[in-house]
Amino acid sequence: MPSESTQPPNPANEIVLRLSGITKRFGPLVANDAISLDLHRGEVLALLGENGAGKTTLMNILFGHYVADEGSIEAFGEALPPGSPKAALARGIGMVHQHFTLADNLTVLDNVVLGTEPLWRARSRHADARAKLARLSETFGLLVRPDARIADLSVGERQRVEILKALYRDARILILDEPTAVLTPQETEALFATLKKLVERGLAIIFISHKLHEVMAVSRRIVVLRQGKLVAERRTAETDRHELAELMVGRPIPEPKVEPIPVGPVALALKAVTLAGEGHPRLQEVSLELHGNEIIGIAGVSGNGQGALADVISGIVKPSNGSLTLFGQEIHHFDPAWMVSSGVARIPEDRHAVGVVGDLSLEENVISARYREAPFSKRGLIDWRAVRDFATRIIADYDVRCPGPQAATRLLSGGNMQKLILGREMARDPRIILANQPTRGLDIGAVRYVHQQLLKARASGAGTLLISEDLDELLTLSDRIVVMYRGRMSAPMARKDVTIRHLGLMMAGHGFGGEAHAA
Amino acid sequence: MDGISIIFEASLWAAAIRIASPLIFATLGELICERAGVLNLGIEGIMTVGAFAGWVAVYHGADLWTGVAVAALAGAAFGLLHGFLTVPLGLSQHVTGIGITLLATSLTYYAYRIAFPEVTSPPKIQTFAPLEVPVLSQIPILGDALFRQTPLTYLAFVAVIVVAYVLYRTPIGLAVRTVGENPAAVEAQGIDVTWLRVGAVAVGSAFMALGGAFLTMSAFNSFYFDMVNGRGWICIALVVFGSWRPGKALLGAILFAAFDAYQLRLQQLAGAYLPYQLFLMLPYILSILALIAMSRRAGYPRALMIPYRKGER
Repeated sequence: MPSESTQPPNPANEIVLRLSGITKRFGPLVANDAISLDLHRGEVLALLGENGAGKTTLMNILFGHYVADEGSIEAFGEALPPGSPKAALARGIGMVHQHFTLADNLTVLDNVVLGTEPLWRARSRHADARAKLARLSETFGLLVRPDARIADLSVGERQRVEILKALYRDARILILDEPTAVLTPQETEALFATLKKLVERGLAIIFISHKLHEVMAVSRRIVVLRQGKLVAERRTAETDRHELAELMVGRPIPEPKVEPIPVGPVALALKAVTLAGEGHPRLQEVSLELHGNEIIGIAGVSGNGQGALADVISGIVKPSNGSLTLFGQEIHHFDPAWMVSSGVARIPEDRHAVGVVGDLSLEENVISARYREAPFSKRGLIDWRAVRDFATRIIADYDVRCPGPQAATRLLSGGNMQKLILGREMARDPRIILANQPTRGLDIGAVRYVHQQLLKARASGAGTLLISEDLDELLTLSDRIVVMYRGRMSAPMARKDVTIRHLGLMMAGHGFGGEAHAA
Repeated sequence: MDGISIIFEASLWAAAIRIASPLIFATLGELICERAGVLNLGIEGIMTVGAFAGWVAVYHGADLWTGVAVAALAGAAFGLLHGFLTVPLGLSQHVTGIGITLLATSLTYYAYRIAFPEVTSPPKIQTFAPLEVPVLSQIPILGDALFRQTPLTYLAFVAVIVVAYVLYRTPIGLAVRTVGENPAAVEAQGIDVTWLRVGAVAVGSAFMALGGAFLTMSAFNSFYFDMVNGRGWICIALVVFGSWRPGKALLGAILFAAFDAYQLRLQQLAGAYLPYQLFLMLPYILSILALIAMSRRAGYPRALMIPYRKGER
């Protein structure tokens, strides 16, 4: 199907890249279905779509990681040989991958220079490289220390290195795959400023994202992919978030409604909880009171103590100092099984590694915390009929799309896996829910579903700690919000008193006082 | 003569350097493989292959340096096999490596039996003779230890410098180091991961085979079964001890060899009172202790033992 992008040629609007009829199949799955699009000089084109819509596949074809089954690519008017990142690089196409392609133990300079010299040269010309890197750094305001090890850099700095890698190779076309997934709001703003500078200098940029507000903020044109097909193309100025969300999902999306309800009694209280770590403490004097009928949102860049907090509340680690009180009773014995049986439900951060055991079946996974209890255990043996009934009920109630209760859990998509975990945890009518990044990597439909379930639990009396890096999510669901920074926690703030900008500043350490910077 | 004064004898250090030489080659070889992200447990077998191939070539009339080249090529061939199985096929590096060791060792013994069906004791060859370096060999202790060795020992030291230079100063070295850290980074910069890793494993295996060849062509003058005797496994530990750096690995090899040379002398001294096995154990215990002390901080290659499949995350 030919696309409608055949516009009259315009020298100022030169087409630098043209994809024609790109089709890619993985077995029975059609990841890209006859996609055609053009990219013009000096524009940011956003590629919008849910997970699995085929955005990354398309860009991997463009960059030569994959070979398309059908279709062709033209860069600067010449056909691009398929399946060769080398050819793409040579033609001036640079890609900033979602998962950074940097070597942690090497320096910035090493990472930038890699592959830009003939491999068999007897000596690397680091001095020239250093000068060129400094020049680029300055021109585009991308400050990095060339001799720093990647492992010592923040995520924002690493992304700068990725962009510099492309610029160092004189990229004219830059592909950014979900570049903001790991950035704080401030880093995101800085990135957008950089992108603006780049297009001013005539680069063309493809910006891949599923975040509507970012796409609206940064692009000139938006292309929407859904289930491998290009379903719409819009000028950013002529569309809005609502329309884009519908195009992306293919059906109207209701916004979740949060009814104000009075909070219940204190369910969980932390008093000056400290957890020692290597070097600086992982948690430092964290105090918090969580009530029933309440969702407390925990904001923060990942790695600032959220994981440690979750571990303490799950009973996996014992705090070095401070106390934890569950329904008025102080806990001395830190044990995950005990926590679970006292009504703490956990939706873990990494569902593949911690949430489920991928190689076990769905029915085995739904009883992973309860296999010793009736009705699943009878005289020390597992009653598989009861287990199957239970699993079947969860699959039906929580709309888990799967081949059946005996299928291996790893075969499920992220969204369905999360629904299974939700079902397992919610089936016990938990009184405290610890939700760590419950919607990360899920598409809008699944995200909405998770949100609804959390709100339902809130209405029925549970207290929820919602750890998230998605500020929109926190601002939608939370009654109160705290920010974590370097193991410390801010005082709780009512939702109506917080803005994204304010949260972003706090996530970068503002308001945590001089003592936070003692390290 | 007591346990302390042995340490100041030139002969101890000369022996240490001699014992260290095969370890240096093989450790460098393992280091190259691991830097590229591939654990090569085939080392023990590849050393056996190298020991046999070099020796048998010389026995059949090749000159010594040709023998060395034959050994290296034979090692590289097994390296290619290991590389093929672990890189494009992505098989478990542990299992494949042990398989390579068993295969290479057995094939070598088989080849030996085919080549020498009748003999009871293996034939001897004329090995590398010690080569005194003028002037330098006159330095007390150091001269005896370092500069009255065979050419293969000198080659081992030169190899350390060459490998370190290539790894840290050349584009190909940077690519090898990166592919062991994050192969996706290499691919994103337009370099072929498979080619690079297989190549590194082949080159590394050639070095391992040189370590084996040292045994038959310099240390001893003949080929025996079991003559590699666990040296390959020691080299695996030495790579960790050396934090994947050629210079530190060299020091580790010399340290281990010094312990070994020392225990041999201690055996003569105190062997009447203590069972000799205790002394044999000594260098291994010391190397385990040193390993504990050193490797806690070791920055291992991040992608070590992780197969890379294109397009997979």
